[in-house]
Amino acid sequence: MIFQVINMSFALPEIFMMVMACIVLLVSAFMGKDSSSVSYWLSQFTLLITAFIIYLSISGTGGITFYGSYIKDPLSDILKLSICIINIFVLSYSWYYLKVRNLFNGEYYALATFATLGMLIMVSSTHFITLYLGLELLSLCLYAMVAMKRKSAMATEAAMKYFILGALASGMLLYGMSIIYGATGSLSLASISTAIQIGHLDNTVLSFGLVFLTIGIGFKFGAVPFHMWLPDVYHGAPTAVTLFISTAPKIAAFSMIMRLFVDGLENLHQYWQGMLIVLSVLSMIIGNVVAIAQTNLKRMLAYSTISHVGFLLLGVLSGTNEGYAASMFYVLIYALTTSGSFGMIILMGRNGFEADNISDYKGMNERNPWFAFMMLILMFSMAGIPPMAGFYTKLMVIKSLISVDLILLAIIAVLMSVVGAFYYLRMIKVMYFENPIEQIKLQAPIDIRILFSSNALLVLLIGIFPSSLMTICITIFS
Amino acid sequence: MNQNLLLIIVLAPLLGSIISGLLGKQVGRMWSHRVAIAGVGLAFIISIWVFKLVVFDDQTYNGQVYQWMQVGSISFEIGFLIDSLTAIMILVVTFVSLMVHIYTIGYMHHDDGYTRFFSYISLFTFSMLMLVMSNNFMQLFFGWEAVGLISYLLIGFWYKKPMAIYANLKAFLVNRIGDFGFLLGIAAVLMYAGSLDYVQVFIQAPEIAKKTISIFSDVQWSVMSLTCILLFIGAMGKSAQVPLHVWLPDSMEGPTPISALIHAATMVTAGIFMVTRMSPLFEFSDTALSVILVVGATTAIFMGFMGLVQNDIKRVIAYSTLSQLGYMTVALGASAYAAGMFHLMTHAFFKALLFLAAGSVMISLNHEQDIRKMGGLRKYLPITYWTSLIGSLAIIGFPGMSGFFSKDLIIESEHISSITGHDFAYFAILISVFITALYSFRLFFLVFHGQEHFTLHNGKQLHEPSIAVRIPLILLAIPSAVGGMFIGSIVFGDFFDGVILVLPEHNVLAYFGEEYHGLVSFILHGLMTTPFLLALLGVSVAYIIYVKRPNIAVRLRQRFTWFHKVLVNKYGFDNFNDKVLAGGSRLIARVFWKIGDLTLIDGVIVNGSAKIVGLAARMVRHIQTGYLYHYAFAMILGVWLLLTLFVV
Repeated sequence: MIFQVINMSFALPEIFMMVMACIVLLVSAFMGKDSSSVSYWLSQFTLLITAFIIYLSISGTGGITFYGSYIKDPLSDILKLSICIINIFVLSYSWYYLKVRNLFNGEYYALATFATLGMLIMVSSTHFITLYLGLELLSLCLYAMVAMKRKSAMATEAAMKYFILGALASGMLLYGMSIIYGATGSLSLASISTAIQIGHLDNTVLSFGLVFLTIGIGFKFGAVPFHMWLPDVYHGAPTAVTLFISTAPKIAAFSMIMRLFVDGLENLHQYWQGMLIVLSVLSMIIGNVVAIAQTNLKRMLAYSTISHVGFLLLGVLSGTNEGYAASMFYVLIYALTTSGSFGMIILMGRNGFEADNISDYKGMNERNPWFAFMMLILMFSMAGIPPMAGFYTKLMVIKSLISVDLILLAIIAVLMSVVGAFYYLRMIKVMYFENPIEQIKLQAPIDIRILFSSNALLVLLIGIFPSSLMTICITIFS
Repeated sequence: MNQNLLLIIVLAPLLGSIISGLLGKQVGRMWSHRVAIAGVGLAFIISIWVFKLVVFDDQTYNGQVYQWMQVGSISFEIGFLIDSLTAIMILVVTFVSLMVHIYTIGYMHHDDGYTRFFSYISLFTFSMLMLVMSNNFMQLFFGWEAVGLISYLLIGFWYKKPMAIYANLKAFLVNRIGDFGFLLGIAAVLMYAGSLDYVQVFIQAPEIAKKTISIFSDVQWSVMSLTCILLFIGAMGKSAQVPLHVWLPDSMEGPTPISALIHAATMVTAGIFMVTRMSPLFEFSDTALSVILVVGATTAIFMGFMGLVQNDIKRVIAYSTLSQLGYMTVALGASAYAAGMFHLMTHAFFKALLFLAAGSVMISLNHEQDIRKMGGLRKYLPITYWTSLIGSLAIIGFPGMSGFFSKDLIIESEHISSITGHDFAYFAILISVFITALYSFRLFFLVFHGQEHFTLHNGKQLHEPSIAVRIPLILLAIPSAVGGMFIGSIVFGDFFDGVILVLPEHNVLAYFGEEYHGLVSFILHGLMTTPFLLALLGVSVAYIIYVKRPNIAVRLRQRFTWFHKVLVNKYGFDNFNDKVLAGGSRLIARVFWKIGDLTLIDGVIVNGSAKIVGLAARMVRHIQTGYLYHYAFAMILGVWLLLTLFVV
């Protein structure tokens, strides 16, 4: 065997983050009760520096290292950068949430940092094992985070469901990987791709394995029918945790589908396209329709997530560079908008009050017109109304469908987003046209207000100047 | 030319608007107007610099600043085109805007909406600059709509006044009609030229001119005529040409400074500017030019008549604006674009001056607007008096004053033009020279001369308003008086070369260019022509009727009751619009509402489908039982589904 020098520099962000995650863990373990603010700032610092390292390396050369299991390319750079930035937002919201309720100490931040590390690894993996490693690191942290509020029956129940179903999904994913391995004789995505290209492989075996990979991905995204955990977990977990689960991990899941299906199995496009069509149509229908019947905002957002996942898969399944770019744009905007929406729930709540019922938002406009307006931007964006960013994401996805002649699918997508508009607009109706139940003025410290406002305004700004981010997404895939 | 410099011109007023609008309460009145004035002032100074670069250093600029999006091969972008036409427009816009900003300090002093007002007028300046500096149709349309929106907001500035609300809605609706035509025109341009960029479109104009389109079966229309007429319909709305003029007189419900800025000097001239900018298109359609000529001439003469019977000081000036806009339009129709632009410029100065002077009179008389309750103000308001005199002399085209040059040139252009309808236009605007002189000096005499008809409350002294009001009057009076002397360089020189296209067979101005031997001979020649005599006659008649023998006016009115009635009823335009158009639409709308909307769409389609979806939601919701084994079972079902569909 020829001796290869491992190029560590490609993994510099992850190495840094791992070291820092350990430090955060130690700090929270040894400082006990007072550790929360130290570990908070430490983890924010970690994210910031990691983002900075990634930013500096963007222009640098890419390549594969660790014996073909780890990659640095424009896709990984941009996704990692977005994950870090989104998590900076998320941690700031969480900090406020946890501080007000005096919940947890440092462990939340330690777990969050490890979870972020898992996501970064997923983004960069070009090998089944690395991918699985990152996925499990992320998932285990998430299970623990959901269960962290031990005395809450709902939270523990949710964690239990999440864990068991997650284990089931992981098992299926591994099964799928092993079948593909059996068929191609390789675990590295690049060699799998060449093996399939050369041909002489049994397509039945490959597609059999593909089904199980699809299930793993579908579970991670929360696509119907592998979505059942999602509403319960979103509802049961403390809002700060829900916020964490619902944002950056979706970006990581997007990278997972890109790595597995596009980098590794693009030649099986005809097989996985059909599977994704099933998942995405079901997700759009079930997600949007059931969201209408929800009275709890967190649950409503959970179903809305399911429907967005359906939309996101549409771009991927189109199988074109344009479609991949559309999906990437979609997931980034989705993460940003969702972080704002859960941020709003955090902002509205106080100790002993979660503000997670839709009726809690009655007459928001009278209580705080600015926040109501920011929420309006977010809801409009989710519904896909111009000039918010959400409009362009939907537009791009639908355009990519039309360019590959999946017209029927495009029509379903449009119809379902009309159904979806109902529950987003209902939020706005509740905020603007109903009388408030309580008259207390909304109060929050200035930093969290600025954070929330900039989050929402960013959604508007990207909507007005969509080409900035769109161009980045398009250049990555061309 | 530096792109950032151009950006500052548009962004400085925008910034001023944002600060005084959103932070008005925080920064206070004082800082609101300081910021707004600083923004516009900066834009004005840079405009002078840009003007210098364009005119003296022969620099032009045409470039993209930002690409908004790309749809197929069509690029939507923000860009600037700076040439002599733009340079002169931004100079006029920023100058008048600056004057109005300063004037507002005095005029709106006691108003509660002080900061809001500054925010609006700065925003207006931004929009107008975006309109004139644009290098493509999309940005032009953006500016076009934005100035319309702000006009709407400002007409209804005193939103508690029912008349103001009525007027702004009216302006909005009428402009909608014009904008609809405009949008169709832009669509036609896009369809046949495949681009929104001016230069790209203009290059293809000769090609497009050869094409025809059949809208109804078998009838072939010239594409160019259709496009140009559609675009001109937009101009008719914005520049208030018959029959879309009805909104402008009512817009006087807004505060006076905006009447000067928006409804006299700048926004209403956007249509004139647009047609001039599009001269490479319009030149290829004699039909469109003919339409423009006739519409403009009609506006010039019939709107002038109405100025004779109005008693509201602002409405008289408003009708005079309509009539003057008619003049500019007529000039465009005769391909004398440069003359039209020149009249636009001089008109901006003297009309803004007249409005601001009227405002000054109103402030002094506690916002009295009825000219029958004025009179003899000459000795109380000397500055207002003299500046008004300059403005009035300029508008009637007194030799030497700015209006004389532009007006004389337009009249003569009509005389020798060869476009169909030019003899009617010549006749119409010749008559309206007399009318203009008559109503302008009727106003002037009734306000400043004769007996005092006003009553002052408890011994209040009548005096000139504050310095902030007087300075703009004086500064505007200067270009009103002497602005005409640039005619040689702007109209006859090579000022607009390469910017405005005039086909040789239309080129009436070239004829005058050869005849032109300097200012003095132009003035001397002017003294001997019919227009001058008519103007003189108008002033004399006004003097006799309204100063010497007021009873003549009464007798004339009794004698020509029917004519007076027609004029007071505004030729029935408003009644027709109210009864037939508005009433008819309401009737049709009612039918559609009751049957189409309530029963069919709401009842069956919307609520029906909503009910079904809601039902489905309530049912499907029960799938989420909360039991773990159900969840796992769902996953297994999914596995089975995928396997049976795609593997077996």
